[in-house]
Amino acid sequence: MIRFRRSISAVLLALVAGAALADTTLLNASYDVARDVFKDYNPLFQKYWKQKTGESIELKQSHGGSSKQVRSVADGLEADVVTMNQANDIEFLADKGLVAKEWSKKFPNNASPYTSTMVFIVRKGNPKAIKDWGDLVAPGVQVIVPHPKNTGNGRNTYLSAWAWAVRQKGGNDKSAQEFLGKLLKNVPLFAAGGRDATTTFMQRQMGDVLITFESEAELIAREFGKGEFAVVYPSLTMQTEFPVAIVDKVVDKKGTRKQAQAYLDYLWSKEGQENAAQNYLRPRDAELLKKYAAQFPPVKTFTVDEVFGGAGKAFATHFKDGGSFDQIYVQK
Amino acid sequence: MTANLATREAGWVRSVLLAVGLGFLFFFLGLPLLAVFVEALAQGLPVYVDALKEPETRSAIVLTIVIALAVLPFNIAFGVAAAWAIAKFDFRGKSLLITLIDLPFAVSPVVAGLVFILLFGAQGTFGPWLAAHEIRIIFAVPGMIIATLFITFPFIARELIPLMQAQGKEEEEAAVSLGASGWQMFWRVTLPNIKWGLLYGVILSNARAMGEFGAVSVVSGHIRGETNTLPLHVEILYNEYNAIGAFAAASILALLALVTLVAKTVVEWNMKKETEMLNTVLAPEKIS
Repeated sequence: MIRFRRSISAVLLALVAGAALADTTLLNASYDVARDVFKDYNPLFQKYWKQKTGESIELKQSHGGSSKQVRSVADGLEADVVTMNQANDIEFLADKGLVAKEWSKKFPNNASPYTSTMVFIVRKGNPKAIKDWGDLVAPGVQVIVPHPKNTGNGRNTYLSAWAWAVRQKGGNDKSAQEFLGKLLKNVPLFAAGGRDATTTFMQRQMGDVLITFESEAELIAREFGKGEFAVVYPSLTMQTEFPVAIVDKVVDKKGTRKQAQAYLDYLWSKEGQENAAQNYLRPRDAELLKKYAAQFPPVKTFTVDEVFGGAGKAFATHFKDGGSFDQIYVQK
Repeated sequence: MTANLATREAGWVRSVLLAVGLGFLFFFLGLPLLAVFVEALAQGLPVYVDALKEPETRSAIVLTIVIALAVLPFNIAFGVAAAWAIAKFDFRGKSLLITLIDLPFAVSPVVAGLVFILLFGAQGTFGPWLAAHEIRIIFAVPGMIIATLFITFPFIARELIPLMQAQGKEEEEAAVSLGASGWQMFWRVTLPNIKWGLLYGVILSNARAMGEFGAVSVVSGHIRGETNTLPLHVEILYNEYNAIGAFAAASILALLALVTLVAKTVVEWNMKKETEMLNTVLAPEKIS
């Protein structure tokens, strides 16, 4: 028994020591489905950093639901950088004092190295002839979307539909709210998350249209086959951002600010941008966007800042308890 | 005659009951288990093996086993001590202790995990002190071990208490009256009497430790290759559309469960044999 216990403590000791002995380690806390992007990006950065400074760097990834991830960072997960898919989540860390208040100014492009847009995925041959937001409220059309109150995917869809409705002839907030009311009536059930919505639509074959990120559409093609569905770009849709930030409190404690800064800066380099494009995220680099034009057709987009005056404001008016979503949903 | 009443049902009643029981087992246990292996091997054995060779999957397997082994000595020490105290002694607060032992069964694992975040997290009670002393508990292996301990500690005690109560304290008293020291009594009398029950408890708590998701998920931090156990890794792989990888990892968990089941059956069989033997030895005494 004693020997047995000794061997356990040896294993534990080895684990702890192993973590302590490694070179500089950066931990990147990221949202659920960002794995592909960073699995390809991390070796690129390691190579670059080794060439530039001679230092070999270890990069660790932590993935989970984005709100859960920032909560973990606030609770002590020692992430040097956070790479998220919603500004709200980084705002949460800024409020807690872990991230600089003006984090979105610390990097170019609103601290978002690449973007995506919200698109429609329809069944093969588009049997219900869905071309734009207006077609989604037709009787008998079933729309699959995750819950707008607690998923980024759902919020982006809701805000995109709202922005489209406001910009229609004679459109205003009241008509937009009515439009959303009709749209929500065509949602048979709210999926729990982005991936859940995809599974509902593709595997369980529920609904006529799935609204999701353009980047997600490409992953669906890889998994389920290109011929099984068609991607439809609506006349106006949201440009979604993927904000990044340094967790000041952690890098100051670990002494890794230099590396963390370089890690995020490198996302804007040619290599970093090309990697994003290869993972179907629209690069900020205009030349690369042209190079990959085939997979990124031009689309008219708006940003949350333009139409709603910022993510925080949009959240407060539409998704807080008693916000526009609750008003519509109670009526329903 | 009264004992027979229960089994005197008509033949068709028995077949219906049997069919319901077996059908339920098939649909809710057999089919899912089969599905795990079918999905894992959907693209052939080489792909399956490759999925298991993935470094992150390997590290998840290792971590799962390390955590299960790490909680074992604590669970045995606590389980035996608690069962011993409850079965062989009378003291104030005994029923309170029994209730407390059942607490992990009643508390949702997710809540258990959150409690440890509230205690040891950066914003928690001991968080600042731990941070000042560079001790990492939450989002590291120690936190995962603590959370698993919380979930699994009742199993051994729960298994041993009824057994020790049934055995009574006569044998121990005899040993002491014949001059045995406390430890001699424990190693020579108590432990041999409870060894099968103890093993049974170990197997159950071990199975639970390896399969635990909720509590561990909350305190893990999900750092790949560092704080991901098998159940957590299965969920992540599945969300990444890596069905083969997810089901390959799930099949390892299922295999561990099957090994546990076999071990459990063997232990149960041995336990039964021992009680039967005990009963035949004790039988004449009871009549007189």
